Amino acid sequence: MVKRLVVLDVNKCVGCQLCMLACSRRFGVVGHSKSAIWVRSAGGFERGFTIVVCRACRDPPCARVCPVNALKARDGGGVILDISKCIGCGLCRESCDIGAVMWDYEVNKPVICTHCGFCTPFCPHNVLAVEEVV
Amino acid sequence: MDWFKSLSNVLYVDLARKSYWVEPREDLFSRWLGGIGVATQLYKEEVSSKVDPLSPENVIIFTVGPLTGIYPLASKTIAVFKSPLNNYFAESHAGGRSALAIRFAGYGAIVIRGASERPIYVVIDDSRVRFRDATALWDMRSTETVGRILREVTPGSGHRAIMRIGRAGERLVRYASVVTETYRHFGRLGLGAVFGSKKLKALVVVGRRGFNVPDVSTYREVYNEIYELAVKSPAMKKYHDLGTAANVLALNSIKALPTRNFSSGVFELAGEVSGEKLAETVLARRVACAGCPTACIHIAALREPYPEEPYFYKIKFISYDHEPLYALATNLGIGSREGFLRLLDVVEEEGLDAISTGVILAWATEAYLNGLITEKELLTKLNWGDYESYIKVVRNIVLQPNEFYSTMALGVEEAARKYGGLEYALAFNKVEPAGYHTGPLYFVSLMIGSRHSHLDAGAYSLDQELLASKKQLPKPQEAVELIIEEESWRQVLTSLAICLFARGIYKPDVVVKCFKPLKVEYGVEQLKKLGREIWIEKQLIKRAEGFSPLSLRIPERILKTPTPLGNIDPEYIKEALKYYDLLVSLASKMR
Repeated sequence: MVKRLVVLDVNKCVGCQLCMLACSRRFGVVGHSKSAIWVRSAGGFERGFTIVVCRACRDPPCARVCPVNALKARDGGGVILDISKCIGCGLCRESCDIGAVMWDYEVNKPVICTHCGFCTPFCPHNVLAVEEVV
Repeated sequence: MDWFKSLSNVLYVDLARKSYWVEPREDLFSRWLGGIGVATQLYKEEVSSKVDPLSPENVIIFTVGPLTGIYPLASKTIAVFKSPLNNYFAESHAGGRSALAIRFAGYGAIVIRGASERPIYVVIDDSRVRFRDATALWDMRSTETVGRILREVTPGSGHRAIMRIGRAGERLVRYASVVTETYRHFGRLGLGAVFGSKKLKALVVVGRRGFNVPDVSTYREVYNEIYELAVKSPAMKKYHDLGTAANVLALNSIKALPTRNFSSGVFELAGEVSGEKLAETVLARRVACAGCPTACIHIAALREPYPEEPYFYKIKFISYDHEPLYALATNLGIGSREGFLRLLDVVEEEGLDAISTGVILAWATEAYLNGLITEKELLTKLNWGDYESYIKVVRNIVLQPNEFYSTMALGVEEAARKYGGLEYALAFNKVEPAGYHTGPLYFVSLMIGSRHSHLDAGAYSLDQELLASKKQLPKPQEAVELIIEEESWRQVLTSLAICLFARGIYKPDVVVKCFKPLKVEYGVEQLKKLGREIWIEKQLIKRAEGFSPLSLRIPERILKTPTPLGNIDPEYIKEALKYYDLLVSLASKMR
């Protein structure tokens, strides 16, 4: 069964960024460099937050523009990155209008959400969840 | 990047020459952990005892700690500088996104030296530092607008802290604050004025990087344990539910809620400005510092009509806590939520410390009612509860249109020394107190605490424990020992740069466990000893700067108004001060 990460209710987000930290922690990294989630204020803390996650597009533009086929469409939506092929050109990032292709500046390569759901238990207010693609 | 190597990087920024460099300081971070431990040593290196706090020779030091970003609630930045309010070594702590931004930019500390000729703001973007002209931002009426502009013209949204000052800092009000992420503050002791004296309007820090910890699987385990504690503990739930504003009714019920300039411990309108009532009527949103699940920041929505045009409204979002509620509501006799929020909003716009501002307004009210000052100085009438007038006075403290207001900008001690009413000028070593009238231990702690803050030792809790257990007051010497023991352990927590709200989670054995995945061994006793050492370091710096506890003024008002533990005996405080003085003298001689 294919799953994807979803934002249930952005209004409940308190901006703690524990999901971002969890995402990097998958790789044993403390920080933001490996995070495929991006939580930022919606114009200052007073306006609440914007949560950017990969929407698992069925026909993902990021894969379409990749000149070296490093990104392949995943069954049920989203993409799988073969980092050994990636040349760090950044076209995938430009093609994603919601900004869900993150960037690892340390290695100059994209960070792609695998919809693994590692972040969800670390959201204290149940804003994030993994659901089955129907 | 290795966790310890990146932590040990100290970024030096010279505002006069517009230059910067990084020095690896493993020596400091291996000996003094980080946070306040390291900041104290950097201060010793940078600031000699005679330095004028508003001169270019003063420095601004920001530090984070070895656990910053690694565990939940390790989310604080420690600022150290010489205070323009009382002329001594000072520290102030804040969260927001500042700690994670500094840490993920790859630094453990930032030292800002010198002064710029023109207004500037500094952008630290990972390894680069940019000096940008702030002429167009200078003299702007609201720190919120400054934040809005900087959000648009600087990179790193979501990975960034924007620390800025308001007009109060620019005009060197000695209790001006530095605001970060709109709602968090380096509030106490006048860091905003030090920014202003350096013509530093803002410091933007962007941190996008990461670092590796040596033992990943143990790290994940310990992280999960702390996370569970953080989201399930009743203590943290209290901070999330009503927040510190829950203290208003709790203190009022034991007659310890400072009211009308500490003339009473009971406020008859406490129910109107309580955490419960605010949550019911105006609470709009709760937000968190980066790296903390608690979300203790409570934001009220204030809907205000424009008087000149029907159906035209503005909605302002204002964060409240116990301290602003005490300082700008109960202690001024304000029982109107709207009045309180409007006053607090102006204090925030101007970038003032809410506590100091409230205490000064309270003194001014009494001095006016007693005829020590008149409308000629104040430029308005003033009475308890009259928030419209308080708003005018706050603006004038910043603008300083006459000599009276220029004096008000120096703090309540200076104002009362010039205009009278010293017996009800609430200040301890020139620092205006936070909102507790719980008993003698609290006030002893305000006098001997390193930063004269309620957070030095949390002694308001010691008073309340005595009340609940109906135990006898400890001897003054024992009280001092209790206070120093707590303050010393807090040196460990603030060197790790953990939020003090999480002190119940980060018990000594938990802290020891947190270091395991980092392959660093600490013992409980070793940490406690280190805390005591840091505490001594701070006392000795202050002593070299001329701090003399025996000559401290005890405001008569705190003796006259009964506390839940009865009236305070001034001899008790004096005995405590003598004992503290003896302890520090002994420590000094052992050097």
